Amino acid sequence: MKTTPLHAAHKSLSAKMGEFAGYDMPLYYADGVMKEHEWVRAQAGLFDVSHMGQVILRGADVVTFLERITPSSFGTLPAGRAKYTVMTNEKGGIVDDLIVTRLEDDEFFAVINAGCKDKDLAWMRSHVSAGVSLQTLDDRALLALQGPEAERVLREVFRIDTAAMPYMWLDEARLPDGTTVYVSRVGYTGEDGFELSVPSDKAVAVWEALTAHQAVRPIGLAARDSLRLDMGYCLYGHDIDDTTTPLEAGLRWVMGKDNRGFIGAEVITDPPARHRVGVRLLDKGVAREGAALLGEEGAPIGKLTSGGYSPSLKESIGQGYVASGFDVPGLSIKVDVRGRHIPAQIVPLPFIPAHTKSMKKQAA
Amino acid sequence: MVDTLLKFTSEHEWLKIEGGDVAVIGITEYAQDALGDLVYVELPEIGRKVDKGQDVAVVESVKTAAEVYSPVAGEVIAVNDNLSGNPELIKKSLEEGWIAKIRMTNPAEVAGLMDRAAYDAYLKTKE
Repeated sequence: MKTTPLHAAHKSLSAKMGEFAGYDMPLYYADGVMKEHEWVRAQAGLFDVSHMGQVILRGADVVTFLERITPSSFGTLPAGRAKYTVMTNEKGGIVDDLIVTRLEDDEFFAVINAGCKDKDLAWMRSHVSAGVSLQTLDDRALLALQGPEAERVLREVFRIDTAAMPYMWLDEARLPDGTTVYVSRVGYTGEDGFELSVPSDKAVAVWEALTAHQAVRPIGLAARDSLRLDMGYCLYGHDIDDTTTPLEAGLRWVMGKDNRGFIGAEVITDPPARHRVGVRLLDKGVAREGAALLGEEGAPIGKLTSGGYSPSLKESIGQGYVASGFDVPGLSIKVDVRGRHIPAQIVPLPFIPAHTKSMKKQAA
Repeated sequence: MVDTLLKFTSEHEWLKIEGGDVAVIGITEYAQDALGDLVYVELPEIGRKVDKGQDVAVVESVKTAAEVYSPVAGEVIAVNDNLSGNPELIKKSLEEGWIAKIRMTNPAEVAGLMDRAAYDAYLKTKE
């Protein structure tokens, strides 16, 4: 299995390790998933997400390229601004979801899922023109610091001041030793927080400096998943995949009004025949990925693509797809868990409100 | 405290005999550690008949559902209802963390299960 630069640090903290996307990663540490999940929402959690791919895309034609491989608009995106988007295939299905940030006029920084790294890079390379180059940042680690205390922690540990940095923004910053790092105010937890792209040979020092702060605890991938589930964020390979269109997935908002030339644009059905929805159980039990969703009379109406127990809500929540007509908030349904039909409800996402800094003040 | 009357399975259930033909079952510390924080236990219905090795209950943690397999054939005569509101009780003790009681069809089946020494040796192979 592959390892990140922080592998030894996780083992020294007695993390329960597990394989994810070909990497030996920490699932949780001594506190366990529930306490880790709650800590992120109350203080600041530090995640090693170095297994994800970091890519620089540059060239005279890079905007044309981005507007071909994604349905979003990048022409007028200001330098420093980050955008959540998806890459689509010829059937309008989703190749991966990713965050793309403009660094300069002709230079963008993309973070892609670990499980899709090879696929994404091959896909991108097959669609570049002479005016676009792709460079993978293989010598960089990625750490996510998430929680209401994250801003204070960055200031107190590294003297990095993010008070004026809005959500979905990137800035270069300097560590006290002069090392340049990217600080992006983005995350996958719904809390305020940052992703730090640091040189791999500084990863351990940064990790140790942050975890030495009393408001910071290391957090594993299990809590990363339960936190994003609270927010209704997609997990690629589960809630979105190469058969789901952005419209089916409820991601119409990533599509740029002026972008009509992206791959698969002509074949995406609008309105979609199925919809991604939130589901919460109204009775005890836990509904997970693969559970059938049933109408009140027991007829199948869809399937859960993600599910689990929310430590924040203390109930079982999930996401899934239902046929058009059943995507009605408040609709009573049932979820089949090992033959038991548990009463449940369709609910809008997110399950809890986000605490990310509002971006309404920033022009797109 | 070593309880010499306890028996174990390779699926990490423990079993203790009560009153001759009743087996009390639960999951071992090894299984508890592997699961992490417990959030729900799906208990069987009283009267349910099980075969040896058949799933009789499900323990849910935040991340996974783990089946509990009955180490013996028989009929469920009692379940630990306290687990409904407090699944973490499973970790407390044998007395508080038992899952179900099964009236055995064939008590001789117990002799074929691992004792503590054999189970500990088995755990070492899992390291």
